[in-house]
Amino acid sequence: MSESRPAVVALRGVTKSFGAGGVTALQSIDLEVQPGEFVSLIGPSGCGKSTLLRIVGDLVEPTAGEVVVNGKSARQARLDGDYGIVFQDAVLYDWRTVARNISLPLELLGWDRARRAQRVRELLDLVELRGFENHHPWQLSGGMQQRVAIARALSFSPALLLMDEPFGALDEMTRERMNAELLRIWERSGSTVVFVTHSISEAVFLSTRVVVMSRRPGRIAAIVDIDLPQPRTADTREDPRFFELVTEVRDRLREGGLDEDRTAPDEGELVGEEAP
Amino acid sequence: MRRARRVADEWLPAIVVFVAGVGLWEGGVRAFDVQNFLLPPPSGIVQTLWEDRGQLWSASFFTFREAVGGFAIGCSAGFLAAVVLARWRLLATAVMPYAIAAGAIPIIAFAPITNNWFGVTGMTSKMAIAAVLCFFPVLVNTMRGLTSVSPAALELMRSYAAGELTVFRRVRLPSSLPFVFSGLKVATVLAMIGAIVGDYFGGAPGALGVEIRRWVGIFAFEQAWAGIVLASLLGIVFYGSVATVERLTMGWHPSVRGARSE
Repeated sequence: MSESRPAVVALRGVTKSFGAGGVTALQSIDLEVQPGEFVSLIGPSGCGKSTLLRIVGDLVEPTAGEVVVNGKSARQARLDGDYGIVFQDAVLYDWRTVARNISLPLELLGWDRARRAQRVRELLDLVELRGFENHHPWQLSGGMQQRVAIARALSFSPALLLMDEPFGALDEMTRERMNAELLRIWERSGSTVVFVTHSISEAVFLSTRVVVMSRRPGRIAAIVDIDLPQPRTADTREDPRFFELVTEVRDRLREGGLDEDRTAPDEGELVGEEAP
Repeated sequence: MRRARRVADEWLPAIVVFVAGVGLWEGGVRAFDVQNFLLPPPSGIVQTLWEDRGQLWSASFFTFREAVGGFAIGCSAGFLAAVVLARWRLLATAVMPYAIAAGAIPIIAFAPITNNWFGVTGMTSKMAIAAVLCFFPVLVNTMRGLTSVSPAALELMRSYAAGELTVFRRVRLPSSLPFVFSGLKVATVLAMIGAIVGDYFGGAPGALGVEIRRWVGIFAFEQAWAGIVLASLLGIVFYGSVATVERLTMGWHPSVRGARSE
């Protein structure tokens, strides 16, 4: 990793335990994410990958360790609006239209109406929801709702995009389409992405690096560089190298202790998907 | 045209039931020669409603004002208390069990006492009963609404570094509205009950509850029934106005979406 460009996210010895002397969710996590990277965190349920994402976003306090985001403390980065976040549920406000959901962070930042409207138009084009600005969230499909959430997270052009299983609730077809769209948005916005998932094929398809985490206590079991060429397309999923990498990530997950518990609810997804 | 047709289709069964019910009542009273003090015929009640409209209207409106006053005081107090308790959760854990228990108390039992506290002939004592009745459902519902915001919605606001007041205004308040309105709708009914029953234990001459008792005492059963009908109509109007406000403020809500024609 080059020393000249400061990391967007730098974690050193991050540990999280819940309750007094309770469960250790994360143990001694060291990780650096460079500008422009797309890093996926993958691991079985309960490996603390979502907690780790929340620690980066200063939504959860680590028990020990250092978290640096954009060269400052995680808390300062949150206060400065350095990241946008997308959850598994779109978390849209029903009483706001699509346009007003997207512009919510801009309202909080005190942008004036004209500037907000301009920015919302750009974002609607980016996520291809032109014509739906006056719809309410419940009038949209799950995939469209998640696109609104992504537009909202990108609205104030944060350097970092945190995504917590954003497509986990979508069907396979929609998920693959959303993956392609996300990559297109990532290329255009030039932001850095940290992406939590428990789908191996999704992680390999999207990422420049895949961080494989082990079961409780969550540790980094391996980091797999994804050397698939950019831009990734539907053909990427049929590339022999794609399958090699899927196999490698799966093997690293097994070593990380996945097969101790074959009844894990996400086992099915972890096996990966066949080529269409 | 098609819409008018659809509305007619929707309401027709209810109208048929109403007409049949009133017809059965009228026919039954005549056929079995039911005594007036048991049940006067609808035609007699309607006739009285028209002939004594001045007195009936002023009595009903007096009591309606008692109910609305009590509603306003009780609902505001319940809402503000909920805001405070939702903010300071420790206080809520100390107080809420009693608030919920108090909601089960038949507050109407206090009516004779509030007359001692606030005066028999004024509106205040009836407003007090109505207000206390309204307080608890609004408190409990608003509390539930303000605290049932999804954790992710709060995390999102935290990620924007939003202050507590912003979170309240932009998230907690709007997402609590469906709960608040269900509390308010219950409160309209309770306020009417509180005001009329309050009158029964003694009130201003000319108040509806006082008059209904007096009419029963002097065997003016048509007047008493006319008073009951008016009280019911005002209660329905009261409930309907709150429901209308709900629909206007929450056009976005899926429950309201279902009620609209498109």
